[in-house]
Amino acid sequence: MAADLVTRSATQLAAALAAGEVSAREVVDAHLDRIATTDGVVADGDVWAAKDAGALGPDEVHAFLQVTATAARGHADDIDRRRAAGEVLGPLAGVPLALKDVLTMRGAPTTCGSKMLEGWIPPYDATVTELLRAADVVVLGKTNMDEFAMGSSTENSAYGDTRNPWDLDRVPGGSSGGSASAVAALQAPLSIGTDTGGSIRQPAALTGLVGVKPTYGTVSRYGLVAFASSLDQAGPFARSVEDAAQLQSIIQHHDPRDSTSVPQAAPDVLAGLKDGLEGLRIGVISELRGEGYEPGVARVYQEALERFERLGAEIVEVSLPHAAYGLPAYYLIAPSECSSNLARFDGVRYGLRVDAPTAEEMNAATRAQGFGPEVKRRIMIGTHALSSGYFDAYYLQASKVRTLIARDFQAAFESADVLVSPTSPSVAFGLGTKTADPIAMYLNDVATVPASLAGIPALSLPAGLAEAPDQPGTALPVGLQMMAPLLRDDVMYRAAWAFEQDLSFDPTPAGPRALAAGSWRPTTADNGEVAR
Amino acid sequence: MALSPDEVRHVARLARLAVTDEEVAALSPQLSDILGYAEQVGEVAADDVPPTTHPFALTNVTRPDERRPSTAREDILAAAPSVEQDRFSVPRIVAEEG
Repeated sequence: MAADLVTRSATQLAAALAAGEVSAREVVDAHLDRIATTDGVVADGDVWAAKDAGALGPDEVHAFLQVTATAARGHADDIDRRRAAGEVLGPLAGVPLALKDVLTMRGAPTTCGSKMLEGWIPPYDATVTELLRAADVVVLGKTNMDEFAMGSSTENSAYGDTRNPWDLDRVPGGSSGGSASAVAALQAPLSIGTDTGGSIRQPAALTGLVGVKPTYGTVSRYGLVAFASSLDQAGPFARSVEDAAQLQSIIQHHDPRDSTSVPQAAPDVLAGLKDGLEGLRIGVISELRGEGYEPGVARVYQEALERFERLGAEIVEVSLPHAAYGLPAYYLIAPSECSSNLARFDGVRYGLRVDAPTAEEMNAATRAQGFGPEVKRRIMIGTHALSSGYFDAYYLQASKVRTLIARDFQAAFESADVLVSPTSPSVAFGLGTKTADPIAMYLNDVATVPASLAGIPALSLPAGLAEAPDQPGTALPVGLQMMAPLLRDDVMYRAAWAFEQDLSFDPTPAGPRALAAGSWRPTTADNGEVAR
Repeated sequence: MALSPDEVRHVARLARLAVTDEEVAALSPQLSDILGYAEQVGEVAADDVPPTTHPFALTNVTRPDERRPSTAREDILAAAPSVEQDRFSVPRIVAEEG
């Protein structure tokens, strides 16, 4: 029973819960059990802490930083009581979810993967957290991430690496790697990540999931610890397009507490979800195909385009002439905003303080000890880019390039309804293989940052499996990116749903699948047998 | 452009980051590489292009002026590293007169 519950989608669980076939408590307990056996937590007390990074076993995923077990069980019991009393509950009531540790939740620490915030208990809920609770989605705990969401592998966490359930020696992508691995490892059917330059879409691609960055401004940033405010956006991870759409419907909401929250009504991503591809024009971006992608990624992408054509979509070629400048512009704009936003971590109001004789020395010593190397690099780049004499050439010029990229998208959407590209240039790479070279790590984001700069909605969904070039015989997920005009998330979801139905990709890696039989360590060769 | 070790120290001071000599030695080539990469934006002719700082051009966003509870002072202070008389406490800011 329990093993069966963790393999079900959120939509399936919601139906079983509504029909009274299973209780919210049973669903939550099944997922807590799965976390206890696979993740490397000390399953004891009200809040389960992750083991120290050094104490983690080679088979442990380390998706969670803390598991709020008692609160989750209490919420589940409350849902069951209210359902039994005849109360009308939301569509995902009783379904468990993992929350990225960059969103605040009362009563549990929020660390952002940083020593700077170790032990900080926020005195308020993020709007996303409030909306989840109001919908009776049960938060299981907080997930690991690159420190302050800066990274593409989750190796920049101060609390140890998260592993990819498809191959435990590989990264899950980042920065939302914990949220991705939790869902791929069947520890939760849903999770929330945040995406600044690809931090939902790239990990979704590397872990075989659906991951969505909604239109900027449709999901409140209140209580989302800021990295780059004009780019940060929370969104769903799920094992199916419909599950992701259900979750997005819950979290998108105009919020007076976020001055960048868009006042327009958010798109209805459920109404036309199953309308099919007929009549849709799929735009293939000339600048984001072929060059720089692993052969396996390029092959799966080509197959995806053929599938679209077979399903009745019209394939059109479009150009984003300034796409090549997206990544350089992003790596000026995001660090500039980061250097400004992270100035708040000064040892005064919350988090770490390192004592020193004067305030300025205290600030500098606290920040030196609290931040890891990648965060320091980005703060330094941003501080330099915004400093007197350099502002025009760096930040201002990058902001103009941003305008040109947004115009490129507007032009492309005149001839296409949805644009596509591979999500990531590679399949999941080995732990430690890119940490020494910041620019090699940044290149993971080449296909995802243009949509971020334009603010448009974008998602990644599984398109197939491919071999890692460094390890023959492997079978690892490849993601397909879809992008739509501002506030047209619905069109993107519709195309994604039709593609998913035809592909019937199995989102369960071999390891989590084998766990039911008592063993866990997956081999990537087994992945190939479970997927087509 | 390359960032010399002295420039790295200057930027670190602006960013309120204490850096060791080893960190300066490592950061100087790393930051130079990243800036060199990012400088590609200069290749784009964009003199007459307005900058975008936000995907939606929202200006002067206000909310209705309604009374609502604010976070309790003790909840905020509970998270502070050092508190004195219901206030955040910090080391001295102004140098003593010599």
